[in-house]
Amino acid sequence: MSSDAALTWFARHELRLAWREWLAMMTGGRRRRKRAVAIGLIVFAAFMHIPAWAVIGRFADLRLPLDKSSLIVITASIFLAWALMLSQAIESVTRVFYARADLDLIMSSPVKLSNVFSIRIAAIALSITAMALLLSTPFVDVLVIVGGVRWLSAFGVVIAIGLSAAAVAIAATIVLFRLIGPARTRLVAQILAAIIGAGFVIALQVAAILSYGTLSRFAVLTSDAAAAIAPGIDSVVWWPARAALGDGEALLLLLLSVGLVLLGAVMAMFSASFADTAVSASVHAGSGPQDIRPKTFRGGSRQQALRRKEFVLLRRDTWLISQTLMQLLYLVPPALPLLRSFADSSTAIILITPVIVMAAGQLAGGLAWLTISGEDAADLVATAPLPPARIIRAKIEVVLIAIGMIFAPLVLALGVASPPQAAVTAVGVIIGATCATSIQLWFRVQAKRSQFRRRQTSSRLATFAEAFSSIGWAATAALALVVPTAAIISGALTAALLAATWKLSPRRG
Amino acid sequence: MKSEQSALQVRGLTKRFDRLAVDALDLTVRRGEFYALVGPNGAGKTTTLRMVAGLLRPDAGTVAIFGIDALAEPVAAKQMMAWVSDEPMIYDKLAPLEYLEFVAGLWGVDPEVAHRSARDLLVSLGLEPHLGERCEGFSKGMRQKVALAGALVHDPSLIILDEPLTGLDAVSARHVKGLLSDRVRAGSTVIMTTHILEVAERMADRIGVIAAGRLVAEGTLAELRQQNGRSDTSLEDLFIALVDVEAAA
Repeated sequence: MSSDAALTWFARHELRLAWREWLAMMTGGRRRRKRAVAIGLIVFAAFMHIPAWAVIGRFADLRLPLDKSSLIVITASIFLAWALMLSQAIESVTRVFYARADLDLIMSSPVKLSNVFSIRIAAIALSITAMALLLSTPFVDVLVIVGGVRWLSAFGVVIAIGLSAAAVAIAATIVLFRLIGPARTRLVAQILAAIIGAGFVIALQVAAILSYGTLSRFAVLTSDAAAAIAPGIDSVVWWPARAALGDGEALLLLLLSVGLVLLGAVMAMFSASFADTAVSASVHAGSGPQDIRPKTFRGGSRQQALRRKEFVLLRRDTWLISQTLMQLLYLVPPALPLLRSFADSSTAIILITPVIVMAAGQLAGGLAWLTISGEDAADLVATAPLPPARIIRAKIEVVLIAIGMIFAPLVLALGVASPPQAAVTAVGVIIGATCATSIQLWFRVQAKRSQFRRRQTSSRLATFAEAFSSIGWAATAALALVVPTAAIISGALTAALLAATWKLSPRRG
Repeated sequence: MKSEQSALQVRGLTKRFDRLAVDALDLTVRRGEFYALVGPNGAGKTTTLRMVAGLLRPDAGTVAIFGIDALAEPVAAKQMMAWVSDEPMIYDKLAPLEYLEFVAGLWGVDPEVAHRSARDLLVSLGLEPHLGERCEGFSKGMRQKVALAGALVHDPSLIILDEPLTGLDAVSARHVKGLLSDRVRAGSTVIMTTHILEVAERMADRIGVIAAGRLVAEGTLAELRQQNGRSDTSLEDLFIALVDVEAAA
């Protein structure tokens, strides 16, 4: 096989892997579901045009020249999309470094490694861009249908920012490797990926709350202050927005060229050292801190031994640390009204209740999966002299204790400002966390903790039920504070949803 | 033979997945015996042992561990045994000593006794330099040794091992074999599946040959030779002859 043919073959191989990974994610690994998934996706894509129309339809008539406020809003939206793509790309790059099992095969093959890894870098960029195109299609469709074909150029902008996000992610991850080493990079990259996407929205919300007393990020973007400090209309900053609005093909081509040049530069600079980086990641991925020696073994009941083990594993779980940090980060904007309410009696404090309840439900779902399904030594625990019910109980206790430790300080702080609201929030946290844990219990499967990323694929029903349960109890808690009668209806609907989920679950009875 | 004199007594054990995996199997392992279960791939060895260890529910049959009905009283039966699979299942984020502390806690072993025993076991398996490291960087052989130490830390009366020597180098394999022989000498019972017939030949008091979910031959090496009329043949030749006969049937 010639060198070119080998590269083409490798590119096809990479694309096939990416496609199968995506397909497995959508079908939960069950091949028979392909048809159902295809129909489901078409229906979902068609349905997504409705919320897309509601969100973006009113902007379809926008034409250049625009005022600064409109340019700021469009540019900020594009930047948000870029930040989300960057977050996704960092996650993909760390997965390639740490989780691919084919490095030995590739590196022992008689092909030029820099070429092979250039293709792998291109494959990352392609998958990130393809996913972004897929997600943006309903929105661009709405703009094209309502505002005309000039909006088709928005697809070009999505491709350009996808390429640049992948390039920046790869460069940033490799630089991190060199600066802090492979072992720390994994943790830092996971945390970065988790907070980058959220960081921009949260920063805008914080600014909006501090300046205007509202959670709407548009308050800042459309303010006179933002317009005053924004660069002039001809600035390069507005190029993506202008290109999306169809301001000439040259501008769009320029943006696409910038994206491609960035990616090409990253390939040229890093593909040669990509192999070394990947190898050192696989070698060092396992090395943890040394000298963990319990001086004496601790006594206690068998359940205590189980709980202790679960807490140690949770504490040492980098995913959990990044996710918890992100959850806490999301709590910052609604926590601001709480801080301000100590000074004045702002009603905005009510906002914090649904956010806390929802965060508790989501975190409890993740923790419950890790403790109940993600048991790395399933055989050991199953052969231990303990009834299965006691094992499950010990694991549930761990989830609820962890949730209590994270959210109790917040609820207590809320209690100082508003005791009734704190009581409602506490009840909401308990119910939300219990329901999310129950769903994980009904849909439990035997898995490795490292498979956490794929937990959603084992049951779409469980994933949606967990999300709707958290949203439902968050809404119920918020309504209980303002319209108690509506809270009864919301609570009943959420409970009915849970009952239906239980009815459909494999563990029923 | 009275059931109390046997470490394991299995009667009519049956398990069906998409095909019959274990077919009304009868098996008795005596106290203090080293019993090797050999057979071709897919013969039902692992399924049988997983049912004995309480990891799989049989479709039919009974399992008694030192006279205790393991299906009716699983907790009492599990207290007396340990299970080691060919794929070591340990926690990447725990150090070997932490893992053994957890196992000892699950089996309710006195912490002081367990700590001493854990250190001795890990040292005897050559893991002393790695006592304080997390297991995530360990090779398969090291992980297998940690899993084995976990199985032995609560001093089980019946040790069930499924291909325990997989992935071990010669030195480690010798360590493990020595450790298991010591346990048998101290009165424990060992049941082990293995594809390494030389190990079965050298270590086992009795050997059971399983094929298509049924026990097709059982006894000491001399008895197996006698049953097959081959006085000085190796276990490998006997095994192939027995399995070929079963396949032809």
